[in-house]
Amino acid sequence: MKVSLNQKILSRNEECAQKNKAFFKDNNILCLNVISSPGSGKTTTIARTIRDLNSQVKIGVIEGDIKTDTDAQKIRAAGAEAVQIETQGACHLSAEQVYNALKTLEAEKMDVVIIENVGNLVCPSAFDLGETLRVILLSVPEGDDKPVKYPGTFAEADVVLINKIDLMDYIDFNLERVLADIHVVNPNAPIFQVSATTGEGMEQWYDWLLSKSEAARAAR
Amino acid sequence: MHETAVAESILRTIIEQAKQVKAKPTSAVISCGQFNALNDEVMGFAFETAAAGTVCEGMTLEIKHIPLRATCKKCHTTFEFDVYKPACSQCDSEAFDFEPDAPLLLETIEFED
Repeated sequence: MKVSLNQKILSRNEECAQKNKAFFKDNNILCLNVISSPGSGKTTTIARTIRDLNSQVKIGVIEGDIKTDTDAQKIRAAGAEAVQIETQGACHLSAEQVYNALKTLEAEKMDVVIIENVGNLVCPSAFDLGETLRVILLSVPEGDDKPVKYPGTFAEADVVLINKIDLMDYIDFNLERVLADIHVVNPNAPIFQVSATTGEGMEQWYDWLLSKSEAARAAR
Repeated sequence: MHETAVAESILRTIIEQAKQVKAKPTSAVISCGQFNALNDEVMGFAFETAAAGTVCEGMTLEIKHIPLRATCKKCHTTFEFDVYKPACSQCDSEAFDFEPDAPLLLETIEFED
């Protein structure tokens, strides 16, 4: 006997992601899901963004890590509220974990919620968290072959940040190749070249973020 | 990529279905796209491990890989996207739009009669 289902396999996660999406929409919040390899500078980028934009938008952060709350501490030191999720080994955040963290964060008071996913360029991209937009970060020392090696991750980006461009002179990194390879799988996402350490290029990222936050506030 | 989470999710659904039809499941078919691909060996192992000791123990799992399609902006041909040759199959144009990638689906479950 055969039973036809055609049911989405990660439907439990997706149902919860829809709840998160509705929450962000109802509260006019811009939610960004930041995905990258470990060590590419997610926390540094988010912390600098908070320092530079604190007077213009209220940002809250959900931090995902396998262990420790060191990232949440760095975010608080930068001047924003942060909730740490310790996944205890899981390689990605799920929508349900974010749903719970949003309550702890009192996210309804925020203009922008930034979710820093677990450092991993593979698994997080399969789990919708209900975010408004997805940010993929790639840093120069990781190498210029990442977009071809992880096409699915880059295909689903709404914006790509190429971080640590201050190291470009010291590392064999073919920027043109990276831009072309991202364009193949994702012709629409803007790509910003930044250094979260020196601040170079961060203005374009801020302009993008502020315009998206403005759009979220103006919705409805 | 996330085969363990997929295995647990499928298992939960099959066990629920098995209770409803009061029969032992023997095989199931799942399908995935290219951006959300599953590795056959890892998936098989993850499912086998998760199924051990349940009504699903010993089941076979078939994974269908659905190609990613794209439509050329120049000649409007819809073609199968090849990451090693990212261009239109008809006119070689590199300007195209992706069709939506196939979702992860649990398509069918076969039960003992």
